[in-house]
Amino acid sequence: MNTEKKYWLDDPRNVNKIVYTLYVVCALLVGADFLYHKHTHFDFEKWLGIYGWFGFTACVGLVMAAKVMRKVLKREEDYYDR
Amino acid sequence: MIDSLPPGIILIVGGLLLPLLRGRWQQIFLLLLPLLSAAHLLFQVSTHPVAFLDPDGFRIPFILFGYELMPIHIDRLSLVWGTIFHIAAFLGVVYALHVKDSVQHVSALVYVGAAIGAVFAGDLITLFVYWELTAVSSVFLIWASRSERSYHAGMRYLIIQVSSGVILLAGILLHLRDAGTLTFVDAFHELLPTTKGYFLGLNSPGTALIFVAFGIKAAFPLLHNWLEDAYPEATVTGTVFLSAFTTKLAIYALARGFPGTEILIWIGAAMTAFPIFFAVIENDLRRVLAYSLNNQLGFMVVGIGIGTPLALNGTASHAFAHIIYKALLFMSMGAVLYRTGTVKGSELGGLYKSMPWTTAFCIVGAASISAFPLFSGFVTKSLILSAAAEDHRTTVWLVLLFASAGVFHHSGIKIPFFAFFAHDSGKRVKEAPLNMLIAMGVSAALCILIGVQPLVGKLLGPAGITMSGVLPSLDAILPYKVNYDAYTTSHVITQLQLLLFSALAFTVLKLAAIYPPELPSVNLDTDWIYRKPLPATVVWLSRTGVQIRAAAVRVMIAQLKHVLPWVQKQCGPYGSLGGSWTTGGMVIWAAILLGTYLILYYL
Repeated sequence: MNTEKKYWLDDPRNVNKIVYTLYVVCALLVGADFLYHKHTHFDFEKWLGIYGWFGFTACVGLVMAAKVMRKVLKREEDYYDR
Repeated sequence: MIDSLPPGIILIVGGLLLPLLRGRWQQIFLLLLPLLSAAHLLFQVSTHPVAFLDPDGFRIPFILFGYELMPIHIDRLSLVWGTIFHIAAFLGVVYALHVKDSVQHVSALVYVGAAIGAVFAGDLITLFVYWELTAVSSVFLIWASRSERSYHAGMRYLIIQVSSGVILLAGILLHLRDAGTLTFVDAFHELLPTTKGYFLGLNSPGTALIFVAFGIKAAFPLLHNWLEDAYPEATVTGTVFLSAFTTKLAIYALARGFPGTEILIWIGAAMTAFPIFFAVIENDLRRVLAYSLNNQLGFMVVGIGIGTPLALNGTASHAFAHIIYKALLFMSMGAVLYRTGTVKGSELGGLYKSMPWTTAFCIVGAASISAFPLFSGFVTKSLILSAAAEDHRTTVWLVLLFASAGVFHHSGIKIPFFAFFAHDSGKRVKEAPLNMLIAMGVSAALCILIGVQPLVGKLLGPAGITMSGVLPSLDAILPYKVNYDAYTTSHVITQLQLLLFSALAFTVLKLAAIYPPELPSVNLDTDWIYRKPLPATVVWLSRTGVQIRAAAVRVMIAQLKHVLPWVQKQCGPYGSLGGSWTTGGMVIWAAILLGTYLILYYL
C-alpha cells in the first residue's frame, strides 16, 4: 500500500486543467489587443497578437534547430574523460 | 585614514585572516565581513556624495614611479556595481555558511574583494592587478570540488582568465605609449555632455587589445566557452559566487571603457541568441544556467554598444537585477545538487514534493530572468529593448525579442520543469538547509521588490509615491537620470503575449513528444577545439618528431662511417691539420687576418 501523500499535480486531469487554462489565457491575450492603444516603435508591432505569434514561432524554431544541432553535437557523457 | 582605504580591501585582508578562526566564530566573521565592507563604502559615499552629473566622483590618486594611479574612484557608474557586488557577497556568504571548507571561504572572499576593488579602480594598472587577482582567487572555488574533472576544468579556466589579464596588460602598455595616460575614469563623464562619444574606444592597437581582454572575461561569442566549461564544475556554493562577479566585472569595464562602440551591439546580439540553442539540449542544469548567463550578458553588451543614457541605465540596472536572479537560480540548482547529488535533467523530476521552498524560490528566479511583469527582469531588460527600438535598430531588436522568448523557454520553463516537475524521479530528499533557504528567500524577495517597486507609485497614487519613496529604488542609484515607465499597458500585454505563447510552444511540443528529451550526454562547443583536436595534434607532432629524429640519427650515423676515415687522415698525427705548426707561420696568419680586418674597416 502506497502511503505517500497524493499531490494535486499527480492527477493527470489537473495537469490538463493547467494546459486548458494556458490555452484560454493565450486566447484572451490576443483578444486584449483590441482593447487598448498600442504604443509602438515599429509598424509590424501593430499586427494583432504579433508578440504572441512571434514568441510561439521563435520557440518552435529554437527547439527544431536545437534538435538538428543535437544530431551533430551530441556525444556520450564520458566523451572528454576517455 | 578609513577614507583612503580602497573598497574591497577589507574583504581581501579579512578573507586571508579567516582560517585563524574556527567553527561559530568563523561563521560570524564570515557574515560580518561583507557588512563591514559595505559600511566602509557607505561611509566613503556619505562623506563625499556622488551626485548626478558630477564629473569627478570621489577619487584618491597617488603618484608611483611618475605615473598617476588611482585605487579609489567612486562615481555613479562604479557605485552601481559596488552596491550589487556587496549584496551578492552577503547573499553568497549566507548561502555558503554551512560549508566547513576554509579554502572555499578564503577564495570566495578574496575573489569578491578583488572584484569590488577592480570596479573602483581609477587607473588601468590597478584594474589589471585586481583583474588577475579575481582569476587566481576564484579558481579555487572550482578546484574545491576536488575531482579530476574539476581539476582540469579549473586549469582551463585559469589559463584563459590569466591570458585575458596578460592581453590586458599588453593593451595597457601600448595604450600608455600612444595616449600617455593610464587613467580609466574619464570614460563615463565624457559621455555626459553629448549622448554619444567614448573615451577608450576602439581606436588603437592598445585599446583593441584591452577590448579583447574585456571580451574574454565577458564571454563574447567564440571566446565564451570557459564559462560554460568551468562554472558547472565548481562547488555547490562556489558557482553562486562565480556567477555574480567575473563576467559582470567585465561588463562594467566595457561600460566604462567602450560605451557607444558600434560593434558591441552586434557582438551582444549574437551573444543573446546563440547560447540558447545549446541551453535547450544541455542536460546538466547548472550548465543550462551558464548558457543563459551568457545570453543575459548579451543584453548588457548591446546596451553598452547603443551607449545612450537610457541604454547604459539599462545595462547597469540589468546587471544589478541579473546578479540577484542568476545567483538565486544557481542557489536553487545548488540546493538540488547538495541534496540529491546530481543536477542532470535526465535524473531529476518531481522534487517539488520534497523541496517545496526551493521550488518556489527557483520559480521566482525563473520568472525574473524571463522578465515576467512584477519580477525584476521585466523592469530592467525592457530599458535595453526600448533603447534599441528608440535607436531604430530593427534587426537587433528582433534578435533581442527572439532571445527573450528563448530565455523564458530554457531558463524559465526548462529549469524548474525538469528539476522539480516533469516525470517523478522517485527521489525523496530533505529540504535545503536553513541558511540556503534564507539566502534564496532574500534573493527572491529582492527580485520581486525590484519588479514591483516602480508599480507601487503608479498604482496607489500619492500614497503609493510616498510608499515607493520608502522602498529602496533602483532608479536612485542608476548612473543617469532617465524617466522610464516599464509598466505601460502596451508593454505588459505584449510581454505577456510573448511569454505565454512561448509557454504554449513548450506545452504543444511536449504534448506532441517533439520536445527533445533530457538525455545523459555532453554537447560539443568551442572548448572541443582545445580539448580534443589540439591535444591530439600536439601528441601527433611529438610522436612524429621522435620518429623523424630517430630516422635522422640513423642516416647521420650511416654517413659518418664514410666521413670518419677522411677526418682521421686529415686530423690524425700525420694529417695536414693534426701536425704541429711553426710559430712564424702562426704570426703570418695572424697578420693577414688583422690586415684584412683593417682593409674592411676602411672600406
